[in-house]
Amino acid sequence: MPEKIPVTVLTGYLGAGKTTLLNRILSEPHGHKFAVIVNEFGEIGVDSDLVVNADEEVFEMNNGCVCCTVRGDLIRIIDGLMRRKGKFDAIIVETTGLADPAPVAQTFFVDDNVGRLTKLDAVVTVADAKWLALRLKDAPEAKNQIAFADVILLNKTDLVSSDELAEVEGRIRAINHYARIHRTQRCAVPLGEVLARNAFDLDRILEIEPAFLDSNAHEHVHGHDHDELRHQGHDHAHGEQHRPAGAGLKHYHDEDMRSLALRTNNPLDPDKFFRWIQNLVATDGPQILRSKGILSFKDDPDRFVFQGVHMILDGNHQRAWQPDEKRESRLVFIGRELPVEKIREGFQSCHA
Amino acid sequence: MTQIRPQARSVVERSRVLAAGAAIVGAHFIADTAVFVLGEEALLFVDKEARERRVAVHAGAILASAGGDARIITGGDDGAVMATENDGKPVAIATDAKRRWIDRVAVGPDGAVAWSAGKQAFVLTRNGQTRALDLPSAAGGLAFLPKGFRLAIAHYNGATLWFANAQSAPQMLDWKGSHLDAAVSPDGRFLVTAMQEPTLHGWRLEDGKHMRMAGYAARVRAMSWTADGKGLATAGSTQIILWPFHGKDGPMGKAPKMLAEHEHLVGIVACHPRQPVVAAGYRDGLILLAHTDDGTEIIVRNPGEAPVSALAWNAAGTVLAFGTEDGVAGLADLA
Repeated sequence: MPEKIPVTVLTGYLGAGKTTLLNRILSEPHGHKFAVIVNEFGEIGVDSDLVVNADEEVFEMNNGCVCCTVRGDLIRIIDGLMRRKGKFDAIIVETTGLADPAPVAQTFFVDDNVGRLTKLDAVVTVADAKWLALRLKDAPEAKNQIAFADVILLNKTDLVSSDELAEVEGRIRAINHYARIHRTQRCAVPLGEVLARNAFDLDRILEIEPAFLDSNAHEHVHGHDHDELRHQGHDHAHGEQHRPAGAGLKHYHDEDMRSLALRTNNPLDPDKFFRWIQNLVATDGPQILRSKGILSFKDDPDRFVFQGVHMILDGNHQRAWQPDEKRESRLVFIGRELPVEKIREGFQSCHA
Repeated sequence: MTQIRPQARSVVERSRVLAAGAAIVGAHFIADTAVFVLGEEALLFVDKEARERRVAVHAGAILASAGGDARIITGGDDGAVMATENDGKPVAIATDAKRRWIDRVAVGPDGAVAWSAGKQAFVLTRNGQTRALDLPSAAGGLAFLPKGFRLAIAHYNGATLWFANAQSAPQMLDWKGSHLDAAVSPDGRFLVTAMQEPTLHGWRLEDGKHMRMAGYAARVRAMSWTADGKGLATAGSTQIILWPFHGKDGPMGKAPKMLAEHEHLVGIVACHPRQPVVAAGYRDGLILLAHTDDGTEIIVRNPGEAPVSALAWNAAGTVLAFGTEDGVAGLADLA
């Protein structure tokens, strides 16, 4: 089977600096050749026949899944681009500032040809350090883009004070605890931090914990079975578990968007798990923007990894558990008004 | 090599293959010369005597192709619609003013040409005029009706029937969802579209009655009418799915025939031009012929290579041209 072409999705609210990042990617010498799908010609300073203009045609699917939409133009464009494979080794999809990232991500799971030839590498969101906090209040698109991100470039940091920067970073963390945040000016970031992240294939979930602890924001007292709730929203039942925030980074509750992490050392029963997760996304999929997990099933030597966008789930046996590796199951949900207790109890009922 | 299908006769040794140097995305015939459409830039002509001729046609990817009687129409990501004859130079029929990709092309029964770019469809009329039609979304498929200079255009939430020569308003056929390919039955009574979901949708054109043809494992990426025009062979399953269109209701309330089951998906189908036989190319490289009456199979090519991406018969039905995603072009002599 030929190697799948990795696709990076580039999102960000109007004016955050997407085009700056794109021009940087296209002009810096890094040895990679990209095909780029843009939403506006002319903003890109590079003239190439591998820069393709897209119309952002968002199509609803008739598969009984109310939030299932795909980018029809992307299916057509990727089909066309793949006729020239060999001319590029990765694809970048730029979305408009007002775009919801879900249809783009879902396209890679829904269309069998796109999924066969390419893989979603990471959703990269460029955020404006000065204006993001405001946009999170008045623009649902901006919040979606933060919630969806695997990598966030907190850009234009030269335009804000360190206090303002800490505040906006806290706002981001309140929504999405699991993205890698880079503070940048004019999107200056080593491109290896943005491209070829393999974020969607989930290995990075295991890296997330140290990143979170490094940020020194707050720590949770872990529950007995090691499940953790990253963010309690307005449910303050666990509020007393928060330690005071560390210096420089504030802790915020977002109004409605939150992240939830669950983990357990108990092996899972695959039948129970699949029944539960499929039922969960069927009923609560509209609220669940992203889900991902690495699972350890009873009597199964292989790690099972899965990811989901709204109601669509995609999972596979990935590789064998290593002898020195802790056999732990981890799940992450990012969503709006997540039914936290229901998810937590449901997950516990999946123990083998 | 182990015989993979013990019940089937093999004609594998009657094929000759050549390396095309690029993915093959289409195959056609001009008389007895096979024309392979490459994913990039060129057409590869291979005549009866196995002489090869490579003709540069587009500046980039070739996105769509259709065979006429004596020429091949192609659309490219260079915004050009090209016509290439057997011994001639490629001729530009049209160049998109904004240099948009030419996503789809179709050739009508009298040699009329249609293409789509962005959210527009175009037809080159017999007196050399280009007519354009704005669409609700990009076209997913184009197909001419057998009579009357009428074009069927599949798109988001349905299809449009357009008399390109007349002033009358186009007729909309509604059905929710994204329609990505179009096929009109040879008697002109039915329009079938392949949807983004693994299903086909159809309309009986006399009254707009709907037909749903479901049960596929994957999106249907190829459809082909049988020689008698009474059946539609389709890809998208691990079998050839053949829908009956002989009654006045088409396939409504009838089960399809399922032929030539294999462990991999059928990616492409091409019906024999004279016999009740369908050629099917599978994801694992297998090519089979299946008789539509008794299901008898003949192996044309063994599996083990890249997915089969193109199949075409010459008019007499004596030669089957095939191509794969990794650039193998082949001719099976079945005379």
